[in-house]
Amino acid sequence: MTNSIPEFETDTNCFLIIGSNTSEGHPLIATRVLKAQKRGAKVIVLDPRKNQIGHWADIFHTFRPGSDVAIFNGLMNVIISESLQDEAFIAERTEDFEALKTLVAEYTPEKVAEISGIPADVIREIARTYAKGKPAAILYAMGITQHTTGVDNVKSTSNLAMLCGNMGILGGGVNPLRGQNNVQGACDMGGLPNVYPGYQAVTIPEVQKKFQDAWGSAGPLTVGMTVTEMLHATQEGKVRALYVMGENPMVSDPDLNHVRHCLEQTEFLVVQDIFLTETAEMAHVVLPGTSFAEKDGTFSNTERRVQRVRQAIKPVGDAKEDWIIICELARKMGASGFDFQSAQAVMEEINKLTPSYGGITYERLEELGSLQWPCPTVDHPGTPYLHKGKFSRGLGKFFALEFKEPNELPNDEYPFTLTTGRLMFHFHTGSMTRRSKKLDSEVPEAYVEINVKDAGKIGLNGHKRVRVTSRRGEIELGVRITDDIKRGVVFIPFHFAEAAANKLTNSAIDPVAKIPEYKVCAVKVEVF
Amino acid sequence: MIDYKNVLTTCPYCGTGCALHLQVLDEKLVGVLPAKNHVVSEGGLCIKGWNVHAFVNHPDRLTTPLIRKNGKLEEATWDEALTLIADKFGEVKTASGPDSVAILTSAKCTNEENYLLQKFARAVIGTNNVDHCARL
Repeated sequence: MTNSIPEFETDTNCFLIIGSNTSEGHPLIATRVLKAQKRGAKVIVLDPRKNQIGHWADIFHTFRPGSDVAIFNGLMNVIISESLQDEAFIAERTEDFEALKTLVAEYTPEKVAEISGIPADVIREIARTYAKGKPAAILYAMGITQHTTGVDNVKSTSNLAMLCGNMGILGGGVNPLRGQNNVQGACDMGGLPNVYPGYQAVTIPEVQKKFQDAWGSAGPLTVGMTVTEMLHATQEGKVRALYVMGENPMVSDPDLNHVRHCLEQTEFLVVQDIFLTETAEMAHVVLPGTSFAEKDGTFSNTERRVQRVRQAIKPVGDAKEDWIIICELARKMGASGFDFQSAQAVMEEINKLTPSYGGITYERLEELGSLQWPCPTVDHPGTPYLHKGKFSRGLGKFFALEFKEPNELPNDEYPFTLTTGRLMFHFHTGSMTRRSKKLDSEVPEAYVEINVKDAGKIGLNGHKRVRVTSRRGEIELGVRITDDIKRGVVFIPFHFAEAAANKLTNSAIDPVAKIPEYKVCAVKVEVF
Repeated sequence: MIDYKNVLTTCPYCGTGCALHLQVLDEKLVGVLPAKNHVVSEGGLCIKGWNVHAFVNHPDRLTTPLIRKNGKLEEATWDEALTLIADKFGEVKTASGPDSVAILTSAKCTNEENYLLQKFARAVIGTNNVDHCARL
C-alpha cells in the first residue's frame, strides 16, 4: 500500500474499491472504510459479485471479469472531458500525460459500457465522485492482479490516482490489500527470483558484490525462475530438486492436474510445513516446522508495517522453528554465516543489508510497537505514506494502455466465466482454518455461486450438487443460488482441496509479473 | 498453581496485521484476546483472528521428520532427514548446476525465515530460483 490503514478512517473522502472482497478478505480494513462512510466519505465498489461491502456502498455495480483496463480508461475519459483532473499535479509530478489523454479519448462511457457491462451513466457518476472526492483512495486485491493483464490493471489504478493528484497525500494512494500475513515481508526479504532483500536487483554487479562480500558467496547475475516456471522446469528435468517451505501449491496453484504431474516428475521434493498438506504428501522428505505461536520473528503487513511475532509455546513434538531448520541444513552443507542464536540476531543482519529496514530493530519494535518501511536509520520514524513530494523514479509515469481480452473467453461449450476467491471463514488452502472447529463449521464444504436466472437456464431445479468442468479438469460440489452475482459468471472459493477450484483455473500468465489468470476462465456447469 | 500468561503477537491470517494476545495455560493455547490499543486493529478482530489458536495444537500436526521409503513416508530423526537433504542438494548442484535446485519461501513464515531461506538459495546453493506465492 502507498498509504496506511488508519488514514482511511480519518482522512479519505472517497474509496474506489475494485477486485477486493474487503469485508470478507480484510474485515478490519472494511471496518475503517465503513467508519469513514459514517463521517460522509463516499464508497464506490466494483466487482463481478455484489459482496458484503458492495451492499453497503454508495455506488455499486457488477462488471464483466477482465474488463478492468477499459473501466479505468472510461473513468479517465470522463474526468478529462469534464476537466476534473488535477492540472498542477500532472504538470509538476508526472510525464507522458498527452499519450494517456489521446488514448483514453477513445474510451467513451458508451464504449466502456459495452465492454464492461457498467452503464455509461454509472461510469460518469463514479468518475465524478472519485475526482471530486479528494483525498481519494483506490483499494484493490487479487481481483485486479490475477489476470493476464494484471500489470496493466495495476498501472491503470496508478494512472487514475495520478490524474486526480491522489498520490503522495494523506488518505489517498493506490492500496493493494495483501492476502497473506507476510506476503509483503517475503517480497521485502528477497523471496523473489529477481531481487535480494530490499528489492536490490540480482542483475546489478555492485549489488551482487555487496552480498558476496557480506555472505562470502552470492547468486548469479541472471534472474531465476518464478513458481510457475519452476514447476514447468521439473518436467524437463531442468529443476531436479525442489524445497518448499510453508506453501501448498497442490491447492493454491492454477491447473492442479498439471501441478500434480509436475510434482510427480520432481526427482527430489522437500516440504517443510506444520501439517501433511496435499503437497507434503507427495514429498520425499517432510520437515516439521512451527506455527506463528511457537517462534519469535517479525511479519510485515500490507501497509509495510513491521511487527513482532512472539513465541507463546514451545514447538509441538519434535518440530523446530523454521529459521533453525534452515540454519541447521545450511551448516550440514558446510556453509558459514548460519550461526544465529536468535531471530533477533537474524534481524541485525537484515538491518545491515536492507536499506529500507536499516532502522527496524527489535529494541525499537519493543518500544514503538511497529515501524513502517522505508525506515533507513534508527532515528528515522518510519514512513506512513509513500511518494510525498517525489516518486521514487522521479516523475510519475502515465501509461497509455489498450484494453485486452482475457486469455480464455466463454463459448458455446463452456458458457460461464469462472472467478475464484476467498470466504470470511477460511484462509487460502484451508490447512489451518479447516482444522479450526468453529471456522470449519461455518462453511464445511465447497460450493459454486450462480445467478438465479442462470440456475434456471441449466435446469438446476432443486438439485443440490453440480459438476463444473473447464478445459483442464472437473470438480463436483454444492451450489448456492444468488442474485448478487453477475449473470454468466460463477464463483468458487478455492479453499477446498477435495473440490479444488484450481483444477479448473487457467495457468495463462501475465507476461511481466507471471501471475496466473485465476479470475477468469471458461467453464460449463451441469446438474447430475 | 496455575501457569497462565498472555503473549502479544501478530495474527497469521490476512495481510491486515491485527495484534492479538494468545492465552497460554500450562503450555497450551486456550484462547485469544484482542489488543485494545493497537494502531491497526484497535481492540477488534475478525472471526478468524478470534479462533487463531485452534489449529496450533491440532492432532494432525507434524511432530517428526518423515522420509519416503518404499513409496511410504516413514518417521525419521532430524539428523537422517537433514543429512539426506544436504547430500541430495549437494549431488544435484554438482552434477547439474545450482539452477537445477529451486526453492519456495513462504508468505506465512517470518521475515527472518524468508531472509535466511533466500540467503540459503543464493549463498549456499548459488541460484536465484527462489520465489513464493505472492502471485497466487
